[in-house]
Amino acid sequence: MRFHHSLLALALTWTVTAQAQPTAEDIVARSLEAFYYAGEDQRARVTMRLINPQGKERQREMTLLRKNFGGGGEQRYYTYFHEPDDIKGTAFMVWKYPAREDDRWIFIPAIQLVRRIAADDKRSSFVGSDFTYEDVSGREVADETHSLRGEETLAGRPVYRIESIPKTKVDYARRVSWIDRQRFLPLKEEYYDVRGERLRTFNADEVQEVNGYWTVTRRTMRDAQSGHRTEVAYDEVEYNVGVTEDLFSERYLRRPPQRWVR
Amino acid sequence: MNAICVGHRSAGCAEALAEVAVLHRPSVLLTASLLLWIVKIEEVLAGGLDLGGFVQLHGAVRTSGVDCPPETVCDVPFNEQRLRLSAEGSGLAGAAGFAGKLDLIHDAALNKADVEVRELYADYNADRYTVRGGRQIITWGVGDLLFINDTFPKNWVAFFSGLPLEYLKLGSDAVKLDAFPAFADLEVIVARFRQDRRPDARQFVIASPFPPELPQDIEEPSAPEVNVRLARYLGSWDGALYFSYTHFRAPALQRRGDIVQGEFPRLSTYGASLTGPLWNGVLSLEAGYYHSLEDRDGTDPSIDNSQTRLLAGYSREIAHDTTVGVQGYAEWMHDYDGYRRSRPPGYPERDRLRTVATLRFTQFHRHQTLRLSLFAFWGLSEGDGYLIPSLRYAFSDALWGELGANLFMGNRNGQFGALGDNDNLYATLRYAF
Repeated sequence: MRFHHSLLALALTWTVTAQAQPTAEDIVARSLEAFYYAGEDQRARVTMRLINPQGKERQREMTLLRKNFGGGGEQRYYTYFHEPDDIKGTAFMVWKYPAREDDRWIFIPAIQLVRRIAADDKRSSFVGSDFTYEDVSGREVADETHSLRGEETLAGRPVYRIESIPKTKVDYARRVSWIDRQRFLPLKEEYYDVRGERLRTFNADEVQEVNGYWTVTRRTMRDAQSGHRTEVAYDEVEYNVGVTEDLFSERYLRRPPQRWVR
Repeated sequence: MNAICVGHRSAGCAEALAEVAVLHRPSVLLTASLLLWIVKIEEVLAGGLDLGGFVQLHGAVRTSGVDCPPETVCDVPFNEQRLRLSAEGSGLAGAAGFAGKLDLIHDAALNKADVEVRELYADYNADRYTVRGGRQIITWGVGDLLFINDTFPKNWVAFFSGLPLEYLKLGSDAVKLDAFPAFADLEVIVARFRQDRRPDARQFVIASPFPPELPQDIEEPSAPEVNVRLARYLGSWDGALYFSYTHFRAPALQRRGDIVQGEFPRLSTYGASLTGPLWNGVLSLEAGYYHSLEDRDGTDPSIDNSQTRLLAGYSREIAHDTTVGVQGYAEWMHDYDGYRRSRPPGYPERDRLRTVATLRFTQFHRHQTLRLSLFAFWGLSEGDGYLIPSLRYAFSDALWGELGANLFMGNRNGQFGALGDNDNLYATLRYAF
């Protein structure tokens, strides 16, 4: 409950003292909420284009289902791959917990096998893209120390500039994010290594209001070192459509729910 | 052609198709089956039809320097070109479904054409249960290339030749019912017998207790097999109970005069598995009791004795895109005294306890287009081993190639060492469409 209570408290504080400057932690918490937790549930058809420095492209098409459980930050994710042909029918399920390691399962259609997969490294690449598992399903406020570096304008939007330093050793040493002051979506993020060299850049290329929720519908992650990039389009985004709990089970890993996966 | 087969016994159909394939030019067969495939499916399904497939080239060269017997293809025992045609569809708002996967194979090593129905089934999905009927691949248990409660048919020839892992599993001709009461998921399968495909003298150099010129008369059982699985989540853990009333998938052979007779004895298995998170990795436990129903006191030397099998495995991501898995496995023979007393002279004596350890290492590079992999079996009790190193590269979403090896070593009386003359280097290229 910790997660949502703090948000509720934050929202109340906001109303009472509208003029007061929120802390960096508050801003990041609200940003994570807007980016990863919008609505009670979500369905989207997602296209990922993996583009190497020579311009050669690979593509992944998937249906993404997500449901929030309670107010504690617990979520479940279901991903079904439509393309490419070689992995078509593969389904991937995550039960995400805020305070401990996620449970992950994968269904491999060629041998009709549901297998639990080790989930230790959230910084591993998601299906070969420039996004990590953590980029796809979220991190926690307390994983980093945050400081507010200023208020600016980015592409015509008012933003907070936040600097975040990971508390434990991960593949980046510093992250700078530009967070929309009104919608709280991250519009840009830059990851740096210990020498101050830029590693990756995230860009929100298109933001739209869907069912009352501001949503990043086009995004890009660029690997500054290799020149590889991943462009993601969220199409057919819907919120609060009644995704039920039983969907996140072995049954539907094996046979995708036709109503949602199309 | 395959839609016609739906109403019949699929295995019989597969054999019939194989005969047709041998008689006709593969290209004619290919065109005919493709057309019939599309026409028949279009009739059944109003929409939502998905067609695809791949072309796959696979070959392996024998690297063991050995003088092969005349009946064995020695230098290049595996060399095949395969065309996969697949179709799937759904109708009735998701309540009905269908899938078929057909492989047309030209085997240049054995100089023959073949058709393999990999899968061909129809689905019915209700709220509280689902039914799948037809040829289907079924995988049970939590072991990694070690099987206890998965008694479903397997193709060991494909596995030892380095074909993609999916070919280790053969489809079962079965009706499968899945029900979802609140307390657990229940799966009941009624299947026809199908035997494993085991290494034979055409492609493998293996010691046989019988002279190769003796004709073999092997009878397949016609009685059905029943498999039941009960599975549920226990917090963050997945628990399952298994029962199978089945047959051994390798024949019990006996020499009767100038003929070798074989049959597949009855087998019951009872087991359980548990898998879940531990120390940021995944722990897997599985156990099973094999009850050898036609050799209850262990004194028939041609039939395997009853056994208890145990497995513990642990896998963990140790760095970015790098996963390591280890397993320990034990097989305990019951009625060991009976086995020793009845063992015919000249046969190597098996241990009462057979133990195996495995290691899997998988690492991805270059945005997961390059995969390095090693799987190692280490026969602890028998003093042998089996290594499968491989390197796979995805040139694009449609095209990948793999280079690898199957290397057997150690004690020639051990399960892996017995294949010591069959080391190979293999290459596979697959283009999906």
